[in-house]
Amino acid sequence: MAAEPPAAVELSGITKRFPGVVANSDIHITVGRGTIHAIVGENGAGKSTLMKILYGMYRPDEGEIRINGSAVRFTSPQQAIGAGIGMVHQHFMLADNLTVQENVVLGAEKLYGIGGKATAKIREISRQYGLEVDPEALVEELGVGDRQRVEIIKVLYRGAKILILDEPTAVLVPQEVDELFGNLRQLTAEGLTIIFISHKLHEVLSVADAITVIRRGTTVASVLPADVTARELATLMVGSELPSPETRESTVTTTPALTVRGLTVLSAAGRTLIDGVDLTIHKGEVLGIAGVEGNGQAELVEAIMGMRPAAGTVELAGDEITAWSTRKRREAGLGYVPEDRHRHGLLLEAPLWENRMLGHQTESPNSGRGLLTTGAARKDTERIVEQYDVRTPGIEVAAHALSGGNQQKLIVGREMSHAPKVLIAAHPTRGVDVGAQAAIWDHIRQARHDGLGVLLISADLDELIGLSDTLRVIYRGKLVADADPATVTPEQLGLAMTGAAEQPSPAVERISAAVEELKKEAPKGEQA
Amino acid sequence: MKTRFDWVRLLPPLIAPLGAILIALVVSSIVLAVGGKEVFPTFELMLDYGSQPGSIAAMLDKATPYYLSAVAAAIGFRMGLFNIGVDGQYRIAALLAAALGGASFMDAVPGVVRIVLIVLVAMLVGAAWAGLAALLKVTRGVSEVISTIMLNTIAGGFVAFLLTTDKLGVQAAGSNAVTTPILPKDVWISDLPIVSGTKDGVFGFIVVAALVGVAYWFLLGRTRFGFDLRAAGANPSAAVASGVDAKRMVIAAMLLSGAVAGLVGLPQLFGEQHAFTESVGGLGFTGIAIALLGRNHPIGMAFGALLWGFLERSAQILDLEGIPKETVTIMQGTAVLAVVVAYELTSHVTKRLQQKRVGESVATPAPTGVSA
Repeated sequence: MAAEPPAAVELSGITKRFPGVVANSDIHITVGRGTIHAIVGENGAGKSTLMKILYGMYRPDEGEIRINGSAVRFTSPQQAIGAGIGMVHQHFMLADNLTVQENVVLGAEKLYGIGGKATAKIREISRQYGLEVDPEALVEELGVGDRQRVEIIKVLYRGAKILILDEPTAVLVPQEVDELFGNLRQLTAEGLTIIFISHKLHEVLSVADAITVIRRGTTVASVLPADVTARELATLMVGSELPSPETRESTVTTTPALTVRGLTVLSAAGRTLIDGVDLTIHKGEVLGIAGVEGNGQAELVEAIMGMRPAAGTVELAGDEITAWSTRKRREAGLGYVPEDRHRHGLLLEAPLWENRMLGHQTESPNSGRGLLTTGAARKDTERIVEQYDVRTPGIEVAAHALSGGNQQKLIVGREMSHAPKVLIAAHPTRGVDVGAQAAIWDHIRQARHDGLGVLLISADLDELIGLSDTLRVIYRGKLVADADPATVTPEQLGLAMTGAAEQPSPAVERISAAVEELKKEAPKGEQA
Repeated sequence: MKTRFDWVRLLPPLIAPLGAILIALVVSSIVLAVGGKEVFPTFELMLDYGSQPGSIAAMLDKATPYYLSAVAAAIGFRMGLFNIGVDGQYRIAALLAAALGGASFMDAVPGVVRIVLIVLVAMLVGAAWAGLAALLKVTRGVSEVISTIMLNTIAGGFVAFLLTTDKLGVQAAGSNAVTTPILPKDVWISDLPIVSGTKDGVFGFIVVAALVGVAYWFLLGRTRFGFDLRAAGANPSAAVASGVDAKRMVIAAMLLSGAVAGLVGLPQLFGEQHAFTESVGGLGFTGIAIALLGRNHPIGMAFGALLWGFLERSAQILDLEGIPKETVTIMQGTAVLAVVVAYELTSHVTKRLQQKRVGESVATPAPTGVSA
């Protein structure tokens, strides 16, 4: 019928009303076949509602969905899968103790059986799309990037031709992001279509063929990456001028807030995870730690928080707190914004006001003389919700009902509400949209102005450079380099993060690292 | 807006057990029908018999130890610990407490003091027995499920070993049974005549059970310790990050659970048998079932315990009518199974509903979700 090939996905006039509210209104998106189409927007802008409509989880009230030119009406994700649509979720859904092959086949046993035929099919998919994964490998042995490839293979195995990727880079380190983008380009080269949901604008600009911006439930612009800058895109997203993470005037004092000396952390197996770290954070100073994830950042934070046994000393505002419990440290003014808010920061099933108490359950306004003061805690939660712009209909809502950004705002609000002397902030704006990010930066900056010391760990180099007064680079559990945030570029920092400060050339890095590893092993063996 | 949220939050915990009981009724109807018995007359018979004053008193008597046992299990459940060992804990506790209370060297001690002593010793022994499992868990990482099950068996052996005439037991008059020495009358707790229309009273210990329920509610919902305990159950890693000492919490929860478990055998000791006998058993597992049925809620578990008591009492009439009373056992089993499933389902739906509602109300910032 049509002379030129129809668009892979065409959404026209999509409107979805929930009782009393319009979540999506009059959305128009056309995704060309074989392209990477990015959909950007703030959290709560309606991206996920739209994707749930496309994936058959919701039915639109108005509008039409056309897949490859023909109108469809999905009533379940199964139908969407049948029509060749696959969803790669942000959080991986893999069984660690099964192999790649078993994970892929799980739930789709009818397609190619569970034996050699299935393995052959997986190998074929890996080869065809350049998704390198060994089907026999155990998932628990795979890195994050590999796991994501397994997730992609999972949907391809089920015959998807149109892939929806929900915030796929949120869990990846820069190198893995590059790899993912390479994979995505190869997928589109093979004729597949990719819908890429993100709010990381640099990434969107570098990988997408076309970009649609959603704001307040409707499509506000469709642009080509060549025609816009990140700032323009962000402005489209939030509908106003965008703040930057830059810290204006220095507020660094000479009074140490947190002093760490010779901090060493060993793994259960005796491997050195943190190797003699010394650092001092002064009042009013943000100390940024740059590093590729997995170089000891998490262990450093947990050791300072007292959640993990460590050698060395930690001083908080002049008090030696090395032997203190986590609770005592927190009561003494150590605030904590954890890296993984679901694991360490929230009780997902509990209402917001109970989450407001978490971590400060021994302090006012949450309790007094061993008894909870729920009235006061509730009231203070209302204040945090208001002051930190947590978008929620009320404080009785369970934490899981909030979007990640709003959960994060609640956590930041909670930690800031106890006048911390030092804030340990691990990825404080991860998974948070631009608007909330700016607000969190503002709060950190304000507290820093009032004399707060901050240990900032982030994978977002712009955030690190913009917010920090001092920058240190962590590599294999050691602080290997210092950088001046006023002059350093993200590229230089990125290079230092790969250990280039220690080794003359990245090319020999692997070899010297291996040698170093051997050196470390040897004396241990003798001692034993 | 607040009320709108309340029903989303409050309804499912009610729907789940009610639905489960309904399912249990349906399943037992089928069982009755298949067995060639009339369904509705049977239920009517049970209801008639079960609602007589004498039956109500008996139901309350049965519910008292069940409730204590459920609370003991629930304390563990709330922090993610499965104390399967309530059975062993209460048996060894009741034996030792009864033996002490009835021992001849206690003769000079006034009755009230002895009652208090028996209660305290039972709680201490229960806590100690549960403490073994806690210790194994925090020092050696032994799952409390395994260790408490094993400790149940060991407790059974211990009880059999100690309850012989050359140790703690005495030969009961006119029977082969070996019991602990019969407690003198001033150590009995008299029945409460709270059910009118019958001369049967209700265990005086029911007051203690009710107090334990209130204490449980207060401890978990109103104290910092309770918050720590619930946090540790809901998200162990977040609890640790919030400053909860995980190991101490395991020990505290197990000791508390065991202490309450120690009370389970006492209603019968004080109110009925006045000595420990081997015949008392299995109350620990019933408690787990009731804790599940009542979703660890102090009032939910009270209803669960009463329902259990009612079913067991009303089952007695069935045999007289030639209907197998195991029908009731099937009903109980199905109810527990169904409530677990139903609760999972409703909590899933609640989660969805909440997320949807929050999504709606924040999607358009202007009207902040105020809608009809």
